[in-house]
Amino acid sequence: MTPLSSCLLLSSLLFSVGFAGVLMRRNAILILIGIELMLNAANLNFIAFWRYGSAPEALTGVMFVIFSIGVAAAEAAVGLALIISIYRHRKTTQIDRMNSMRG
Amino acid sequence: MLFTIFAALTVAGAVAAISLRNLVHSVLSLILAFAGLAAVYLLLGAQFIGFAQILVYVGAVAILIVFTILLTRNDGTFGHSSQASWNLGALIVIAVFGTLAWAIHSSTALHHAPPPQPEATMQQIGTALMVRFALPLEVIGLLLTAALIGAATIALHEKQERP
Amino acid sequence: MTWIVRNLWLIPALPALAAGLSALAKRHQRRFSASLAIGAMGLSFLLSLCAFSQVMLAIAHGQASRQVVNFPWFQFGDQWLKLGWMLDPLTAIMLVMVTFVGLLIFIYSTGYMAHDDNFTRFFCFLSLFAAAMLGVVIANSLLLLFMCWELVGLTSYLLIGFWYHKPSAAAAAKKAFITTRIGDLAFLVGMLWLFSQAGTLLFYDQGAGCLEHSALTAMVAHLTSIGMAASTGIALLIFAGAVGKSGQVPLHVWLPDAMEGPTPVSALIHAATMVAAGVFLVARVYPLMAAHSDTASVITATTALQVVTWIGAITAVFAALIAVAQNDIKRILAYSTVSQLGYMMMGLGVGGVAVGMFHLITHAFFKSLLFMGAGSVIHGCQEEQDIRRMGGLSKLMPITFATYAVGMLALCGFPLFFSGFWSKDAILHAAMGWSISRVPFYLGSLGALLTAFYMTRQVYYVFFGTSRLASHNEVAPATHAPHSTSATPHESPSNMTVPLVLLATCAILLGAIGTPAWPWFDSFLSGESPVFAFAGFLEHGILPVMLTSTLIVFLGLALGWWFYGRKPILSADRPDALEQLHPGIFHVLQNKFYVDELYEHTVIRWNSALATFSDWLDRWVWNGVVMSVSNLVLGLSWLARSTDTYLVNTSFDEGCHTVTTSGKLLARLQSGRTQSYLRMVGIAFAALVLVLIWSARS
Repeated sequence: MTPLSSCLLLSSLLFSVGFAGVLMRRNAILILIGIELMLNAANLNFIAFWRYGSAPEALTGVMFVIFSIGVAAAEAAVGLALIISIYRHRKTTQIDRMNSMRG
Repeated sequence: MLFTIFAALTVAGAVAAISLRNLVHSVLSLILAFAGLAAVYLLLGAQFIGFAQILVYVGAVAILIVFTILLTRNDGTFGHSSQASWNLGALIVIAVFGTLAWAIHSSTALHHAPPPQPEATMQQIGTALMVRFALPLEVIGLLLTAALIGAATIALHEKQERP
Repeated sequence: MTWIVRNLWLIPALPALAAGLSALAKRHQRRFSASLAIGAMGLSFLLSLCAFSQVMLAIAHGQASRQVVNFPWFQFGDQWLKLGWMLDPLTAIMLVMVTFVGLLIFIYSTGYMAHDDNFTRFFCFLSLFAAAMLGVVIANSLLLLFMCWELVGLTSYLLIGFWYHKPSAAAAAKKAFITTRIGDLAFLVGMLWLFSQAGTLLFYDQGAGCLEHSALTAMVAHLTSIGMAASTGIALLIFAGAVGKSGQVPLHVWLPDAMEGPTPVSALIHAATMVAAGVFLVARVYPLMAAHSDTASVITATTALQVVTWIGAITAVFAALIAVAQNDIKRILAYSTVSQLGYMMMGLGVGGVAVGMFHLITHAFFKSLLFMGAGSVIHGCQEEQDIRRMGGLSKLMPITFATYAVGMLALCGFPLFFSGFWSKDAILHAAMGWSISRVPFYLGSLGALLTAFYMTRQVYYVFFGTSRLASHNEVAPATHAPHSTSATPHESPSNMTVPLVLLATCAILLGAIGTPAWPWFDSFLSGESPVFAFAGFLEHGILPVMLTSTLIVFLGLALGWWFYGRKPILSADRPDALEQLHPGIFHVLQNKFYVDELYEHTVIRWNSALATFSDWLDRWVWNGVVMSVSNLVLGLSWLARSTDTYLVNTSFDEGCHTVTTSGKLLARLQSGRTQSYLRMVGIAFAALVLVLIWSARS
């Protein structure tokens, strides 16, 4: 088992755990946590491929992760703001009660 | 060896984060997972990313989540979804993981010798950001500003227009 | 152009304004509407006097006696339709006559109609009538004249039917309107023809009017397909309008029936003014009537004037004959009016404008005097109109009797002192000198004899002998008018007698303006200064004619005395003296020569048969066509509806149903639950990865 594949395995495991959190919990904050985990799994992939891939001197993976972290920070801020806003209106953070967009 | 320990730490933190009933405990476990991941980054030779991970995730995102938890009063009904939905979710998660793991396992492209440790000094990163990635940097700055304003606008108390 | 000419329109406008204001007045505002009408009429009278003196001055100074004001009304195509008014001697004399007689009748009406509930309405109509009549008089356009003419007809209809709750009055109003309509239709056609020929309807327009030389020459030269000059045809059509309005044979039937209206109306409209409008119209378009080609070597009467003469002469005798046998005081006067209008027409035909118009003016005064006297009699006798039930009124109503006698003598043409003598004499003199035939002269003389006779008969019946009213009251006491206080006849109030006296004075004095020695009227109309000369009497044929007519009048009076005055009339139920003499002829006369019955059996019968046929046609033929079309449409629409319901709707409903069902199914996916979406994302992700790997392998 090469270091790269073990990294990828870790990444996929992390992703699956995050995905499980998204699918199996009802609290919006926990879902957000799951999403963060999935995002980190992706970041790990970038780093792993930068480290073990070809042309690491181009720093593409690193740069991508830097921007990804930036976007993730923005996303976390907006997502949490939304949760607060929804909570203020509906007095709940349970995601299955936020179904007013039902078809 | 070190990698295995950190990896285990990370996964354990992640699993704890999504499975604990207490939200504050979840966040603490999440911090553990983030820290473990940062260690993995350091092991992989990406010092800047590792520290950025600590700063952004452990320092900012986790604190943000804690604030959110404090701001939204727990109504006590959080927890797992209904049994059928939980089962379905687990099934899908296992399917996804299985697919990924199988794909990684059966990939032939990964089986070559690891290259030497690449250089990723602060100077190189700074030069790259300021030269090659100057425009994306500006864009991400704009995005962050917009997100800041947007988040503040959304989360602000609305004026009491309606009685 | 003087002030009065420019503002001549004020004369008809004032009564029109008064009519409009009276129409707004409430029912109980009697004094307001009456004083408004009388005030407006008085002002019009003063203005008319101004206009009259203006014409007199113009004649005295040798200026043109005719002044016109024309203005464009509206444009059609590239032509302007113009209206206008004029002031000439004919207009001036008519204005003074109409306003003066009208004013007196207005005053008289305040007495006569004092007890009527619709007093204000009456004055509204009267003022409107006066306005329309004055409009006819001043019009310088045949179109304007026609419009006012129709307005006159309308007000006549309204006033005849004033007591519309009486079926006879309503019927009489209808009859008057429809009968005159026949004439008016011809008038309208004539007017259109005139417009197509002359291109204008203005009478005088600085040489371009339709009564001026160039237009007349063109119309005389233009021959129609039946060889008659266009001018003759137009003149005859316009004369037909005059026949209708002036009650000439054969359209005279409406005028006696029109006596159903209030007596002042009879006096104003059906004696003095409106019926004279026909004569006035002929006088107005006299140049057209008399138009003849310049090339004709011997100037004889034109066809149009011959027709006018004959119609007039026949009417004069015909109506006088009927008048002999009538018993209703107003009907006798009505037939007398028809007869006198015939004289006027004859005068126009044989002697020109001056002769006819002179009789028109004198007749207006003495006939309205007679009508108002009759009204006074009726008023005094509790609305009794049958002369057989009157009698002995000379002592009870002295003023009425005196004035009535003046009017009666004027109408008969009693020599020298009464206006009727001079005007009738002028007509007879002109008739004797007529180049075509002597017959009109004989007919006119016969008419004069009859006139003297029936007027004597009427006066004897009404004023002499003993009162037969009391016996009548015993027979039928229920017919009393509600306001009658005493059973015996009484003199009328002063607002009725004063106009009578004034008119009586005029009826005597007016004769002075048209004697052969001082033919002021004649020269006034032709715009010359009058010359006084006794030599006028010595002119050829004048003295014999005067002598003859005097003899005729005395003969008529004597005959009347012989039959009715010799022994007093004792009972209302005894047969008439003439009836005893020859019942057959008397009955024919009493039934007005059965003209009404003739019309009943011919024109009206045909008309009603035509109406029945039209009704049948409408009901069965056209209705059938319409019904079959509508049934067809109904069938088509039923078919369309079925197609719609069973074909289009069903398939459309099916389509809709399918869409709805599938939509419902799909909507279940759209649960609004984030996690179920994410589940799908997960499944899709796994599937995508598998597909990618599998495709990479193969």
